[in-house]
Amino acid sequence: MAETFLDSTELVLNMGPQHPSTHGVLRVIVKLDGEKVTGTECVIGYLHRGVEKIAENRTYAMFAPYVDRMDYVAAVSNGLGYCLAVERLISCEVPERAQAVRVILTELNRIASHLVWLGTHALDIGALTPLFYCLREREDILNIFEKYCGARLTTHAFRIGGLQYETYEGFEQECLEFCDRLAPRVDEYEELLTENRIWKERLIDVGILNAEDCKAYGVTGPMLRSAGVKWDLRKAQPYSGYEKYDFEIPTRTNGDCYDRYIVRVQEMRQSARIVRQGVGMLAAGPIMGKVAKVLKPPMGEAYVSIEAPKGELGYYIVSDASTQPYRVRVRPPSFINLQSVDKMARGSLVADLIAVIGTIDIVLGEVDR
Amino acid sequence: MPEEANPGGATEPQKPEETSAQSGGGEPSPPPNEAAPTAPAPSPTPPIEAPAPAAKAPAPAAAKAAVAAAAKPAAPAAPKAPAVMQTTPWEGELVEDLKEEFGERIKEYCTYAGQNFLVSEPGAVIPIIEYLKLEQNFDYLVDITAVDYPAKPERFELIWVLYSFERNQRIRIKTRVKDGEKAVSCVRVHLTADWLEREVYDMFGVEFEGHPNMTRILLPEGWCGFPLRKDKSITDMDNRWVRENVGIESGQ
Repeated sequence: MAETFLDSTELVLNMGPQHPSTHGVLRVIVKLDGEKVTGTECVIGYLHRGVEKIAENRTYAMFAPYVDRMDYVAAVSNGLGYCLAVERLISCEVPERAQAVRVILTELNRIASHLVWLGTHALDIGALTPLFYCLREREDILNIFEKYCGARLTTHAFRIGGLQYETYEGFEQECLEFCDRLAPRVDEYEELLTENRIWKERLIDVGILNAEDCKAYGVTGPMLRSAGVKWDLRKAQPYSGYEKYDFEIPTRTNGDCYDRYIVRVQEMRQSARIVRQGVGMLAAGPIMGKVAKVLKPPMGEAYVSIEAPKGELGYYIVSDASTQPYRVRVRPPSFINLQSVDKMARGSLVADLIAVIGTIDIVLGEVDR
Repeated sequence: MPEEANPGGATEPQKPEETSAQSGGGEPSPPPNEAAPTAPAPSPTPPIEAPAPAAKAPAPAAAKAAVAAAAKPAAPAAPKAPAVMQTTPWEGELVEDLKEEFGERIKEYCTYAGQNFLVSEPGAVIPIIEYLKLEQNFDYLVDITAVDYPAKPERFELIWVLYSFERNQRIRIKTRVKDGEKAVSCVRVHLTADWLEREVYDMFGVEFEGHPNMTRILLPEGWCGFPLRKDKSITDMDNRWVRENVGIESGQ
């Protein structure tokens, strides 16, 4: 029993939905014994917009811009997943040039997503500088997006069947220049963080999720890879011509916050490598496959998933042969990865909970849809 | 937002029109059939817009012909216009193993668009998932979701997506339940089912028996109704919630 004020009993603390380190409107109810977390419960749905319902009242083409609003940090990946799923339903072949442009933009977006993650996560941990560095590099990527399709964040860069826009004059050059610039700058981040004593103390052996737990919780993406599972949908079930690209899947073994950091930093380097190869594959050719003006996929269904920056992003679409999808289900990586937060945070300190939420890399737009 | 004015129910009544235009509309089809390849340009516009205003726009007498003609350009994309999903049987070692283990309890093994799925009776789903996990290495539950078919007696189709890291293979398990009938939770087999089943309950109102915390997850606790069901207007749900909880009229 509590004898003094300090020797107190259990405390229930409400963190969020308005809290800088919950990366949006996530609310976590934390049960504390002193500074030790004895249990957590996530309260989500503050950003629920009923995306799956909206899809049922839109034509296939009209719904495409909506998917960008889920994981808005990686809008291009969302769009790619959706286009691939519809293309599977209508058995559409996407021309090679369009595939290469898709890969380039998706990988640039992966870098941008990881940069936002790194900057904000470092900020959570108390390192202010990386945020400015990361957003500086991200700006270059957003400029490429803006020049390509006019939008920076919710790009709607792809169309069902291929691309709407041809690349702009100097696109290849800018992509290559960006890749050249990125490598030394990633070195810079690593100089600031990788061997930084505070950084290591805050992250190593914190929030461990081993391979077995990852599979049990359906956790995918960098989190799964940091636990030693060499699994990436770009390699396991290649789409958009990823089988033609030469890249590695970075993995670590410990599955803690530090390993997730290392995996994501290395993924940025690999993505730059893919972008370079993609530019090399850009041969002249059509950018749009054969798609009917009025899209009516035959009765049927398909589940298609891609390796989004956060993990497996899947679309399950049911068609009733009308112009609107009968059902669109989005399998959001953030939502499912977030579920493991209790497993990781239980028994740790409050400060570690912040690190754990940070390294899951959630975007609440995608969690709540 | 305009889509709320055209709620989920709106997609349903469309379906009979859709099928009758293609199968029942055999008599008027020959003339538009010839017209379709020669003059496809004017017709694509009406079907892109919402079907209701497109049908209203022309004079009543011409309306039917216009709709029939408008429906034509889509026909070449799906010339057969089959009313059911054109699946092919799924065969293989895994199917043989499953047949041996579960026999009649699994009703169908199908492949569509290169993806395999099986249809089982509701009671057998969890044993199948468990068997697949323990004996066949399907150790990753990707997703659980549902589809509502209000016209059918067993209106909810539940779908489980499974993946095996070792085999690099993905399969789906499907079953059907009636309104009010409970499905069985698979949380004890795959922990990830926890939130996924809650979301299905939240959106469709299908409860999972044995789930430790069968409550809403994305919508607020006091929400009435299940938005992804096809028959209910979500505008009403939204208006009601806003009136009761915010004390103002909803702007929807």
